[in-house]
Amino acid sequence: MTQDTILLLSAAIALLPLLGFAFLIFFGKRLGRASGFIGTAILGISLLLSILVAFSKISNFADIQLIQAKFNWIDLGNNFFIRVGIGIDNIAAIMLIVVTLISFLVHLFSLEYMADDKKFTRYYAYLGLFSFSMLGIVLANNFLFMFVFWELVGISSYLLIGFWYEKDSAANAGKKAFLVNRIGDLGFLIGIMIMFFTYGTFMYDEIFSDISSGILPFDSGSMLTAAGILIFCGAIGKSAQFPLHVWLPDAMEGPTPVSALIHAATMVAAGVYLVARVFPMLTANALLTIAYFGAITAFIAATIAITQVDFKKVLAYSTVSQLGYMVMGLGVGAFSSGFMHLVTHAWFKAALFLASGSVIHAMHLSMSKLNDHHSDPQNINNMGGLRKKMPITYVTFLIATIAIAGVPLTSGFLSKDGILAGTLAYANLTGNWLIPLMGFAAAGMTAFYMFRLTIIAFHGEPKTEIASNTKETNKYILIPLIVLATLSIWIFYSPNPIDASNGWFHKAVPQPHTSVSETYQWDFLIHNETTIEAGTSTHTSQHYGTAFEEEIHSQHYIAMALSLLIAGLGIFFAFCVYQFKILNADNLANQFRKLYKGSYSKWYFDEIYQATFINGSVGLAKVLAFFDNKIIDGIVNLSSLITRGFSYFIGHFDNIVIDGFVNLIANITGFFGAAVRKVQTGSVQTYIVLAIIGMFLLFYVII
Amino acid sequence: METVLITLFLPLLGSLLILFFKRDNVKAIKYSALGFSVLTFIVSLFLFFSFDSANPDFQFRFEAIWISQFDIGFRVGIDGMSLLLLMLTAFLSPITVLSSFGAIQKREKEYYVMILLLEFAMIGVFISLDLFLFYVFWEIILIPMYFIIGIWGGKERIYAAVKFFIFTVVGSLFMLVAIVWLGYYVGSTILHSPAGFTSDLILIRNTLFESAIPLDIEKWIFLAFALSFCIKVPVFPLHSWLPDAHTEAPTPGSVILAGVLLKMGTYGLLRFNVELFPASSIEYSTLMSWLAVIGIIYGALMAMVQTDFKRLVAYSSVSHLGFVVLGIFSFTAEGIQGGIIQMVNHGLSTGMLFMCVGVLYERRHTRQISEYGGIARVMPNFAVFFAIAMLASVGLPGLNGFVGEYLTLLGAFRSPILDSYVFTIVAAIGVIFAAVYLLWMFQRVMFGAVENPSNHTLKDLSKREWLSFVPIVVFIVWIGIYPRTFLNISEQSTRALVNKVHQVKFKNQPLPFPDTPILKGEE
Repeated sequence: MTQDTILLLSAAIALLPLLGFAFLIFFGKRLGRASGFIGTAILGISLLLSILVAFSKISNFADIQLIQAKFNWIDLGNNFFIRVGIGIDNIAAIMLIVVTLISFLVHLFSLEYMADDKKFTRYYAYLGLFSFSMLGIVLANNFLFMFVFWELVGISSYLLIGFWYEKDSAANAGKKAFLVNRIGDLGFLIGIMIMFFTYGTFMYDEIFSDISSGILPFDSGSMLTAAGILIFCGAIGKSAQFPLHVWLPDAMEGPTPVSALIHAATMVAAGVYLVARVFPMLTANALLTIAYFGAITAFIAATIAITQVDFKKVLAYSTVSQLGYMVMGLGVGAFSSGFMHLVTHAWFKAALFLASGSVIHAMHLSMSKLNDHHSDPQNINNMGGLRKKMPITYVTFLIATIAIAGVPLTSGFLSKDGILAGTLAYANLTGNWLIPLMGFAAAGMTAFYMFRLTIIAFHGEPKTEIASNTKETNKYILIPLIVLATLSIWIFYSPNPIDASNGWFHKAVPQPHTSVSETYQWDFLIHNETTIEAGTSTHTSQHYGTAFEEEIHSQHYIAMALSLLIAGLGIFFAFCVYQFKILNADNLANQFRKLYKGSYSKWYFDEIYQATFINGSVGLAKVLAFFDNKIIDGIVNLSSLITRGFSYFIGHFDNIVIDGFVNLIANITGFFGAAVRKVQTGSVQTYIVLAIIGMFLLFYVII
Repeated sequence: METVLITLFLPLLGSLLILFFKRDNVKAIKYSALGFSVLTFIVSLFLFFSFDSANPDFQFRFEAIWISQFDIGFRVGIDGMSLLLLMLTAFLSPITVLSSFGAIQKREKEYYVMILLLEFAMIGVFISLDLFLFYVFWEIILIPMYFIIGIWGGKERIYAAVKFFIFTVVGSLFMLVAIVWLGYYVGSTILHSPAGFTSDLILIRNTLFESAIPLDIEKWIFLAFALSFCIKVPVFPLHSWLPDAHTEAPTPGSVILAGVLLKMGTYGLLRFNVELFPASSIEYSTLMSWLAVIGIIYGALMAMVQTDFKRLVAYSSVSHLGFVVLGIFSFTAEGIQGGIIQMVNHGLSTGMLFMCVGVLYERRHTRQISEYGGIARVMPNFAVFFAIAMLASVGLPGLNGFVGEYLTLLGAFRSPILDSYVFTIVAAIGVIFAAVYLLWMFQRVMFGAVENPSNHTLKDLSKREWLSFVPIVVFIVWIGIYPRTFLNISEQSTRALVNKVHQVKFKNQPLPFPDTPILKGEE
């Protein structure tokens, strides 16, 4: 396979779902249920091609970092042109598989889950649109394409969250997601403009090489930091980082397979992917900011997840928290582990969501059998005892739970441990101890709330009649679950179950070389020229590209011990409270009443935003509307009033004074005329007599 | 005969012909109006394809003496900027006629006479190369538009029509004074021509470029032109006529108003203000840009709180055209190109939004947003088109709005003359607001449950409505994905204009930063 073939195939991978979208939009109605199979088949082809491309890139073209193609999109002459293009490097290749596999499984899953929906074909069309846009993000080798597809995933997410738009809550959630994302995109857009303004190109590789040759925006390193943070704003929106995380939990209004695909595994990870993409241009300060945002997000979201009772909301906050983890990992410089967490999280979180979909589906079926239309099928307090009713769902859910909790022998352990070791190393080198503190705390809480969820929903006795009437779901639902749960096992990433650094993954996704000069970059992140060669030689693990990697290595076992201890504590605590009831949950909630309420109310973010930004801008708009109606229109109408008043006055003036004057003159003339008229008798004799008299008078006067 | 003249006079011919039709023969009237507008579009395609986009100057020029004592002539010609707007006019007119079939139910004969007359004058405005001729076309437009609003409009139509008329006339009187002054100044003071007056645009342009009017006088002439055009655009705070006119006009009237008439303002700014008075344009660029960005935010906020569907779209025009003005006064190739393409975009997407409003209005006879809700369920096909129009307006990549907005923002950001990033940032905030009011409106109209019983029985799109939406969608997507087809057309004209402005601004000194950023591989 040549490089061109790889690029062509990659383009095909992305374009196939778009084709499916167009086809289903136009002809879907006639196809009915077949449209689902068509959509699934298309994604199947994309998946096979992705596997082909990824293997070929990672094994055959390992020494070529990036295979790319560029072409002109807009050409305004005089060397002003905007180029776009696609590129494949290892992380893009891996992402291709992540996106197409999960998308394929979700397509499959939905065949059953969405079977009775009236808008079945529309649904599959939207899934195709989403897959296309997401693959576009993966393949973009420039900021412009990134932004374009960034918005397109936004719109597909909008359509899918609001898929059941008859429900106001769904329509609201879709709108909220789109708007909150737009706020982040504002920063992203400005960041991109700074880049284009400075470097005259949108291409990543050209920008990075310009940065390493010392060209900086506005000739200042802090502007490069600012640009990095602005670009990261996009990630804050899309990856639901604090303080823009509020849209993601609401997004659960969409169908559950959509939550799995878009709002857990792929689209929300696009922000993390963006940070990974622009990693080489991030300065020390930008990275520090990113790390803090990630850590705060991981921590806050975990504190909220602890008390939620909606099955999907717990998972949603857990997603936010895990995304915070990834961002934190990249921010501290643990690039490989951060990106690896993106991949491992995609599998196990998709598994969790699809399993929750399986549960909700079973609850729905049971409810309709019982003629119950009021209970909440997603409330975990209505579940319980599902372990026996739905064994396969339970086992896959449990595997994914273990993975997300970070128990050894799972993929989650490998990646999470790497990130935590990274934060410890970072704190050791820079003194930012708050980051690992929040990271470890979040890890403990994650283990706790995930087991809380598992125990309440699956263990014990059924809490309601609905739960006791549930049945295991069918193959379309179970196959994806099994595949995803299998992928949560360590062996796919590294032969060593407790250390990923020698696995193929870390080899394929090494720390990229930073383009930023040492003035603005942590010196421990700069690759040591002499050790690079050692790094690429296959076996020795004693040489590290950067001082940071070495530090991570020395912190590895401490981090592992700590995280095992903390995760173990979390799990133990969850069992104590919910399984063995040694501690009473209600008493605990009463004891920490304020904390409990705060957490249960999601720390009032929505309320605060409503009171400030939303009411603020609507209020401003209303004031302006008053201004527009009363003042601007008022001036216009007033001037028209004055003009009319004046014309009225003029009209009267015209009638009375001017016309009066004219009439007066006419009257005077008339008066004289009348006076003179008497003389005009009409008889010739009188005229002659008068003429003669007149003549005499004249003579008299002259002489 | 010259193609450009055929394009111009075909609608007029149609208009005159319809005058002789029998009043009750509505069908014949309708279809001949449609026929003439379609024919005009076909003829204009010849212009499009034979246009040489490598040539920055005017093409298809035609000159005839009209009033020789004053050197006033019938001079027409087309360059890249005018071609795009001419095409927009020729493209939107048949669609407007088509959407009139449903919207206009009385006095059809007069109506179609007016519509074709309007098309004639609009084309005239975009191809005039003579100040006096331009003024004549500019004023002719008022007459049919006044009647279209005043006769076929909504409840408050008289108020709206008069307001529209007076606002525009006030502006154009200033323009007339400026034209007369300019004609005399160039004709006698500079050229000492025997007529002592000229209204030849190209002559004036070239003369002024050689020997500019002293800045303190030129300013006033600039302002007189600008006032007239800014009312038409409309630029905040001169927009007050627009919501009323848009709201009260019948659907096709709003489409034409938003689609083409507003563009005359921005076109005028470009063609006259920037091209004839570059020095003053630079002088006032900050002011104009401020007004533009205020308009962007102000229009968006106003749109947010409207309860009337059409008013909402009308205010969104104020916001969208702010981008055009900002792009023009950035004096960069990408800004002006973005502005031009944004003019076309706005014509397409806002025109289509008005048509969507019209579709609902014809069925329910109300413009109150609160009367609707859940329409997506009842009219699924309509929902698709409405969504496309809405998303194009939001500026979604892949659709046309993105290209225009993005290029203007880029232009404003890089502009060495504005030299400030504030404009771009404020304008970009406007992009967020655009999403707010449009998505919110869409949700209130289309989503939710169907609560109003009269909405249950609404019919989905008819064939005629399909026919009027599909062509617009084609161009919305085309421009969004491959804008080069259209950008190429105006590229050279824009480039020439930008170079001229930059020469005036930076004289012989090197530009503060190069026109082109340093591109990799060409260093």
